[in-house]
Amino acid sequence: MNAEARNVVVVGGGPAGLAAAIYAGRFGMAPLVLEPGLPGGKLTLIDRIENFPGFPGGIGGPELAQRLDEQAREYGAEFRAVAASAIRRDGALIQVATTGGEVAARAVIVASGATPLRLGVPGEREFLGRGVSYCATCDGPFFRDKDIAVVGGGDSAVEEALCLTRFARSVTVIHRRDRLRASEVLQRRALAHPRIRFRWSAEVIAVEGGDQVEGIRLRDLQGESRLPAEGVFVYVGIAPVTGFLGGQVDLDARGHLRAAEDTATSFPGLFAAGDVRGKPLRQVATAVADGAVAAMAAEKYLTGD
Amino acid sequence: MGSLQAVTDASFAAEVLEAKGPVLVDFWAPWCPPCRMLAPQLEAFAAEHGDRIKVLKLNTDENPATQRKYAVQSIPTLVLFEGGQEKQRIVGLVNSDELKRRLGLSG
Repeated sequence: MNAEARNVVVVGGGPAGLAAAIYAGRFGMAPLVLEPGLPGGKLTLIDRIENFPGFPGGIGGPELAQRLDEQAREYGAEFRAVAASAIRRDGALIQVATTGGEVAARAVIVASGATPLRLGVPGEREFLGRGVSYCATCDGPFFRDKDIAVVGGGDSAVEEALCLTRFARSVTVIHRRDRLRASEVLQRRALAHPRIRFRWSAEVIAVEGGDQVEGIRLRDLQGESRLPAEGVFVYVGIAPVTGFLGGQVDLDARGHLRAAEDTATSFPGLFAAGDVRGKPLRQVATAVADGAVAAMAAEKYLTGD
Repeated sequence: MGSLQAVTDASFAAEVLEAKGPVLVDFWAPWCPPCRMLAPQLEAFAAEHGDRIKVLKLNTDENPATQRKYAVQSIPTLVLFEGGQEKQRIVGLVNSDELKRRLGLSG
């Protein structure tokens, strides 16, 4: 059993996990990365990243993902196309259950990221790809000269609403509060925009249509109403992927893994990197920084330094 | 985008709807980042299963009539056609293994 234990298992192949694999590989730890999909995480959805240091003019998300993946393999990272489903302490080891068997690890770096929250209303799932979207950069151009809605009031919602005005005839922002949560600059631009409207203190109760989305059923202080819309873009927040940890690791108030400056969590030998952990700035640059630190911390943990 | 054959609004009926066997159509556009990641996965899939399922790509910018007809408003979207009918739809990025699993071809 011990002979087969991996030095370090990295859960997730987004920028944090890939950076952790690059550094752990260079430390000679032969990391194993568990990623059921394609490498890159949210990079796969980004057309161009304009603020990643070292790339003036920007770099495409998929292209950066491919480079990180290549670099991790260059330093001996191994990849397995499975998802982690549970962990348990086993003496000095951590057993990681996956969709394809169990892996024993001396240290685990959790870089499982976060997924967009769903509205959880009737019609949302049925109309996915037929008017319901979670990615304005992917789907915006299909809504040229149409009336659409954005649900949410944070930075992402307002940023995407502004971006969608390049295509749509009108964008209605539906927010459950009576004021936006987004940053001052974004708020000012959105509130002044001639083609952005607002429905305040309103809640989506259903997405409706035939072959594709035709409208949204809303409830606000005036009661129930129907807003005609051919597209609904949902930005009501993200949920860190922590279910597989089974409540064994401390979370912060917002459900992210609580991790120290060196990425250590409350679970000895388990480190947290990227969007899954509580942190002040969620960017590709901070994800790769987390990954690098987590690899160093795991190495120190293994050598008892 | 690689080695896959393209289908257009004009050739859709002949190449897809009137085809003898199943046809998997990749709705994509050059501005779509996940479409760029799907392409090599689809090429790998076609190399392995191309004899059973024809794989074609359709550029939604250049072929809006087909995109509208099938109400494709999110890309990448893969639609499996058989006997002129839509049989299955996969919205979003998948790798070739997941694609095989969803189409019931793995194992």
